[in-house]
Amino acid sequence: MSKGMESNKNLVKKITGSRLFMPIMCLIVVLLINVIKTPGFFKITINNGVLYGYVIDVINRASELVILAIGMTLVTAASGGQDISVGAVMAVAAAVCCQILSGGEVSVTAFANPLIFAILAALVAGAICGAFNGMLVSRFGIQPMVATLILYTAGRGVAQLITKGQITYIRVDAYQSIGGYIGKSPIPTPVFLTLITVIIVSIVLKKTALGLYIESVGINGSASRLVGLNSTRIKFLVYVICGLLAGVAGVLASGRIYSADANNIGLNLEMDAILAVALGGNVLSGGKFNLMGSVIGAYTIQALTTTLYAMNVSADQLPVYKAIVVIIIVVLQSSVFKKFISDLKNKKKEGKPIAVKGGQQ
Amino acid sequence: MEQKTVLKMSGISQTFPGVKALQKVNFSLLEGEIHALMGENGAGKSTLIKVLTGVYELQEGTIEMEGKQIVNHSPQDAQNQGISTVYQEVNLCPNLTVGENLFIGREPRKFGMIDWKTMNKKAGKLLESLDIQVAPTQLLEECSVAIQQMIAIARAVDMECKVLILDEPTSSLDDVEVEKLFTLMRRLREKGVGIVFVTHFLEQVYEVCDRITVLRNGELVGAYEIKDLPRVMLVAKMMGKDFDDLEDIKSGHLEQKFEGEPVIEAKGIGHKGTIHPFDFTIKKGEVIGLTGLLGSGRSEMVRSIYGADKADSGTLKVNGKEVKINKPLDAMKLGMAYLPEDRKVDGIIADLSVRENIIIALQAKKGMFHLMSRKEMEEAADKYIDMLRIKTASRETPIKSLSGGNQQKVILGRWLLTNPEYLILDEPTRGIDIGTKTEIQKLVLELADQGMAVTFISSEIEEMLRTCSRMDVLRDGKKVGELSGDELRQEVIMKTIAGGEDHE
Repeated sequence: MSKGMESNKNLVKKITGSRLFMPIMCLIVVLLINVIKTPGFFKITINNGVLYGYVIDVINRASELVILAIGMTLVTAASGGQDISVGAVMAVAAAVCCQILSGGEVSVTAFANPLIFAILAALVAGAICGAFNGMLVSRFGIQPMVATLILYTAGRGVAQLITKGQITYIRVDAYQSIGGYIGKSPIPTPVFLTLITVIIVSIVLKKTALGLYIESVGINGSASRLVGLNSTRIKFLVYVICGLLAGVAGVLASGRIYSADANNIGLNLEMDAILAVALGGNVLSGGKFNLMGSVIGAYTIQALTTTLYAMNVSADQLPVYKAIVVIIIVVLQSSVFKKFISDLKNKKKEGKPIAVKGGQQ
Repeated sequence: MEQKTVLKMSGISQTFPGVKALQKVNFSLLEGEIHALMGENGAGKSTLIKVLTGVYELQEGTIEMEGKQIVNHSPQDAQNQGISTVYQEVNLCPNLTVGENLFIGREPRKFGMIDWKTMNKKAGKLLESLDIQVAPTQLLEECSVAIQQMIAIARAVDMECKVLILDEPTSSLDDVEVEKLFTLMRRLREKGVGIVFVTHFLEQVYEVCDRITVLRNGELVGAYEIKDLPRVMLVAKMMGKDFDDLEDIKSGHLEQKFEGEPVIEAKGIGHKGTIHPFDFTIKKGEVIGLTGLLGSGRSEMVRSIYGADKADSGTLKVNGKEVKINKPLDAMKLGMAYLPEDRKVDGIIADLSVRENIIIALQAKKGMFHLMSRKEMEEAADKYIDMLRIKTASRETPIKSLSGGNQQKVILGRWLLTNPEYLILDEPTRGIDIGTKTEIQKLVLELADQGMAVTFISSEIEEMLRTCSRMDVLRDGKKVGELSGDELRQEVIMKTIAGGEDHE
């Protein structure tokens, strides 16, 4: 066997063996469907100085989901469970932000308080919600799903209380630009915000030992304690981070509609976020995690939604198609299926024993 | 009488990425015999058993049961063929009753519902027939490990097994419990069951077994009648060389006198419910053994010093200064290190790599914001892989794919990396082959010579006699004696463990 072929084989093995391989493949497959079904999918035009097109739409619309998926990944890894309250926490953060900006009015055309103050307050509100979840999970040992169920059901009520049951409108350009465009930028603001979030979290994970701690606690809490890690504090911390990120997503979502709509902001987004984590090749029972996988997973889900819209599937039927695709993707990534494939490969190899020998040396 | 061969494995080979785990291994088991499967860590014992029970897919070779060729794709398949396995770690459901555990998956039914009455009656009969003293309605988690192990065996026996595999069943049992288990094994042998017995304890092999098969580095060394193979020969076969290191180990260390300030000085330290208040002192370079029966409070004693269980009474001085330890990290910062008793539950972080498992304690000590550089980590990992001769495909291999002894070495490396003044080793040699055992014992003495204070806990008194200059004896959660010098003899220790009432 020639040297060239050998190294090619190694390259292929390296690529297919990568943990990001499946998530990226899934995204590519979803995009490929578009090439066939909606030829105009990849067309990007400039209208009124901003970029237009399906692809831009996918990247823009996926922003909240990507930000949530990051928090969800960390929570999943450390606690072996999911935070299902993130959608409701988004609504709380949005309500806090808008209420401060409006100063209690239903609709305003000028800020009652500084924008930066309102945003910070919204993030703090998100972090407090996260801290509440974190306390229940880490201190009281309640199952994550059950602990976060409390805010999942109560969160939107809290948001209503904050806005006194009204939808508060902030008709100020500066606020709308959070969900729209800053100045003459052709790229939507959410894209920047997402990028910044991903970069910050990546840097934190790269420069501190947090990532290692999270994985360690998620895999074996008792051993982690004995090597000096504070499992309780680390679990608490990831829930705070998750809440904080939900706050970011909440402000972003509210900027899009320049209002705090407690009933609709972030609705059902928590499930998509969990799905993004799973699609990213992460195990939902905790342990090792892959942040970029989740990010790609989030984009895949949004690409799928936009694709289906582009194919004129109505909003009511959308979940059905989404479910079908998701089943396929999840099965493709399951270990049972992977074993099946490797068994098939092995059988093939048995037919050509010489090739096997060559391959192993 | 000619015994029939019940199981025959021939030409078994098994390859994992980068490792040839088994090469053309043959193994045969007769009806009604107890057959020891021996070998060092990584010799291929577990792999052979996993191939037999269908945990791993058979790659090469044949397995014959009573002359018929079989292929097991899963442990379920194996069970249907009459091959049952009882593992070192009992894999039953602790929150179910004994009876439920015995009949789980094959409960007697009445009108489609589980017939509890029949189940408990049948369970009672089964337990009685094997002389296991426990009520079928008791919760499994309330039983001792030994009883749990026997229940696992009873379950296997009741499923009409012809081949029973016992994978290190004795490593967490004390002597009395081991004896009970052996009685059970002998009874099964009389019934014609072929038993494969995997263990590291030589004495036990010579006590119950009929034949021995020895593996080394994935290859078959040979199968022998027990009477044809004296102990020394067996050890030599397992190690692949003549082996008299065991005697060498007794260096001059034990005769040394230890003076100066104690490293650790505990007064009245205790933890309610597990260990009565005790005093404990250890000096630089000293190796002190803790001994006592299982559950006597050996582990609990060191855990309360280390802060794994927060002490609720007494005072602790480290290097003469009074300190307060609330959690393990406090103890680590004071220069302590603790290798826990249960490697799987408290030691390894299974999915993380060997490198990460080695550096995790030092990293935790340094704190979250002082991440070690990749280079530092790799150097640290390589250093201990080298020094402790850890057998691993690479430093990035997940620790869970290493053999037990090598996992233990990784954990030892993890603690040595933190450069402790006081090292606590809780059963560091359990479930480990003799070669590694000796290595660890030697290492302990070396470390002590360099000035480290070491506390050594082991169920094997011999091992401690070889390494410790003093021994503290515990009974029922209380420290009952301190032995040193001439008192360090097996009889004296036994007597102290047994207590004053025992005059026989």
